[in-house]
Amino acid sequence: MANKRVDMPLMAFPTTGEIVPEPLGLVLIFSSWNFPVGLALEPLIGAISAGNTSVLKPSELAPASSSLLTILVPFYLDNKAVMVIEGGAPVAQRLLDIRWDKIFFTGSPRIGRIIMSSAVKHLTPVTLELGGKCPAIVDTLTSSKDREVVAKRIIGGKWVPCNGQGCIAIDYLLVEEKFATAMVDLLKSTLKRFYGENPRESNSLSRIVNKQHFMRLKGLLNDPGVAASIAHGGVVDDDKLYIEPTIMVDPPLDAEIMIEEIFGPLLPIITLKKIEDSIGFINSKPKALAVYIFTRDETLKKRVISETSSGSVTVNDAVIQYVCDTLPFGGIGQSGFGRYHGKFSFDTFSHEKAVMRRPFLDFNFRYPPWNNNKLQFLRSVYNLDYFKLFLLFLGLKK
Amino acid sequence: MELLDIDQSMEELRESFKSRKTRSIAWRRSQLKGLQGLLEEKEGDIFRALQEDLGKPCAESYRDEVGTVKKSLNLSLACLEEWTSSKKVRLPMVLFPTSGELVAEPLGVVLIITSWNFPLGLALEPLIGAIAAGNAAVVKPSELSPACSSFLATNIPIYLDNKAIKVIQGGVSVSEQLLDKKWDKIFFTGSARVGRIVMSAASKHLTPVILELGGKCPAIYDTLSSYRDTKVNMLKDRIQRNYGNDPRESNSMSRIVNKHHFQRLRNILKDPKVAASIVHGGSMDEDTLFIEPTILMNPPLDSEIMTEEIFGPILPIITLKKIEDSIEFISSRPQPLAIYAFTKNETLKKRIVSETSSGSITFNDCIIQFVVDALPFGGVGQSGFGKYHGKFSFDAFSHEKAVLRRSFITEFSSGSPPWNDFKLGFLRAAYNFDYIALFLMLLGLKRS
Repeated sequence: MANKRVDMPLMAFPTTGEIVPEPLGLVLIFSSWNFPVGLALEPLIGAISAGNTSVLKPSELAPASSSLLTILVPFYLDNKAVMVIEGGAPVAQRLLDIRWDKIFFTGSPRIGRIIMSSAVKHLTPVTLELGGKCPAIVDTLTSSKDREVVAKRIIGGKWVPCNGQGCIAIDYLLVEEKFATAMVDLLKSTLKRFYGENPRESNSLSRIVNKQHFMRLKGLLNDPGVAASIAHGGVVDDDKLYIEPTIMVDPPLDAEIMIEEIFGPLLPIITLKKIEDSIGFINSKPKALAVYIFTRDETLKKRVISETSSGSVTVNDAVIQYVCDTLPFGGIGQSGFGRYHGKFSFDTFSHEKAVMRRPFLDFNFRYPPWNNNKLQFLRSVYNLDYFKLFLLFLGLKK
Repeated sequence: MELLDIDQSMEELRESFKSRKTRSIAWRRSQLKGLQGLLEEKEGDIFRALQEDLGKPCAESYRDEVGTVKKSLNLSLACLEEWTSSKKVRLPMVLFPTSGELVAEPLGVVLIITSWNFPLGLALEPLIGAIAAGNAAVVKPSELSPACSSFLATNIPIYLDNKAIKVIQGGVSVSEQLLDKKWDKIFFTGSARVGRIVMSAASKHLTPVILELGGKCPAIYDTLSSYRDTKVNMLKDRIQRNYGNDPRESNSMSRIVNKHHFQRLRNILKDPKVAASIVHGGSMDEDTLFIEPTILMNPPLDSEIMTEEIFGPILPIITLKKIEDSIEFISSRPQPLAIYAFTKNETLKKRIVSETSSGSITFNDCIIQFVVDALPFGGVGQSGFGKYHGKFSFDAFSHEKAVLRRSFITEFSSGSPPWNDFKLGFLRAAYNFDYIALFLMLLGLKRS
């Protein structure tokens, strides 16, 4: 929150400059249904610490959480400065008609476009936290210890966060052909450890959010090419909105499951001749919020970092970048723009105002009527040519 | 420009970016040096083009467009290594032995749309940022400054890599075609009206934008005891010293850009109540697009001159009972790009900083904040969003990618399902950075 002094060029002495953060004003935060409390409160923290008044619009697809926020926020916070407004699309539409000083949106690219279009009316700056197909490159690992760790972390990055319904959840894997079977076996045994023989009975797995998404995911599996590629799982229970953690090996690349963000418990594994081909594969798709790479090969790590583009890259783990406050959390390209977490949250809801204090000391060469001598002065100033300037002042140089 | 040309250009730019050549530091350096060469060798042509488009005197052109860009180039070349190197970040011990860093990467192919008033400076300044950050770029100069637009279209391909940096000239229809394409960033300088069109087009492709708009920048002029004369007389005196008895004869003043803007300004002065408030100047010549430096005293606050950005040589003076009332006056209006205040009163300065909002504030001077690279240049509210200059230009065209490296060593089963109360306790301790509790739990000495 403190003002930040900045260095002024010696030429401008004794001028001082500083950057003063100020709140933007009244901000609107849209949160999504998969982490309905976290994704509402995390940006709210930034908005509050930056000194703004805020409106939270939770997703109507997580009604219990939405209700809870509506009841608790006014109870614990200043309800004249922080408000929760519940509702569906009509409420969202109405909110977007109002003039905001900032809109922060977490959700799908489709809605993100609508938000940004609406923001045009009042020239409101927006932050869009979207998603994408976050790939995990898994190099062929020989050590069984490494393999175990990787299997746990992949499951930890796919099914543990809201049963795959996460913007940074692993969407699909990229492995070498020779490693595919081993990968499937590893995942199977670790899935059993985490969720038991029958995951439907497990208390450790979130549910698909609603029928609409359940039907969408079921639809992805109905594609014959996809169904034929199932290597594990595939059990579906319409009543319980349950889909078993399912692994596919090489579903067709033009099937919807390999084009749209999955956002569910289905994990395609795409095999490649060599692992370096994963870079080209990833680059042929829209930029995702996160790229994951599991390997001990330093060269491969370096290549993935410099030759792919994504919100972030995490090596040898998944999703955990979310909890590091010193790392900005945000997308690029189709995965969005803007960022938050830690100080980035404060900055996202602030305006960094430049404040410059000048002395009354002044020089004629700054003003008309213009002539060559003054032009000389200006050249010396911009070139930071103090010596020449000194001579000009003394009248020794013409 | 034909539709096909634009598509071909885009194809070439995308190929250039894909080939990764714009990422090499050597390439970026060569392009920035190319711009240095352009400014050095073609200075005469630049002065001539600005003289043609806007009647700008050389010293003004140098001060506002050439010198500024040279300065920015020097800075960018000196700082390129530093700006492009990745930055390590500290991570909580609970994640040891993890390392984190921020890696700046270019956005891709960017579009820079500039305005007519500083047609060279406002095209090259953002371009420096785009190049330093490793992008391919298109510059779309304003068609209202055709000589400068032509100058850029002719010379940029000579001094820069024309497969990666292009100038595309034209009017509204060319702009529309360009805005239809998918860009990785759009940087716009101009009016709020066109800013809305740009942002709207950008939303189709989820393209991030920077809008450098304007507004009515006020200058608060405190009563300074050392001055014996009235403000108006002091201004009259200064105008005479700068521009002579007949400013129309002066070589030191730019021209109104075109007939459309001349008529706009003339109409503003036509309002009888506004005309009645003229205390100096007011004479005009449509043939030479000349309007005398004109001062008004308390024109009506609801007249167009006090509601729209003037963008011309007319200066209204609004008087107040006490100078502190200026804060309320300014705060009740849209946030401007800059607020100026001439005062020695420290209390007033503090109040202005904390009780008004604007892109920037400058005390006891004007405009000069533009040349200070350490200060971000950008608006808030109706004056726009985003910022540039100095390193802020580099950041404007970069994506700071977060890179986290974890080791294979540490793997606690407490971080994975099947969940139970102990594991929940473990997670609580982890988030609270309660290392002692974590340690005890790991040893089995603490349940949860």
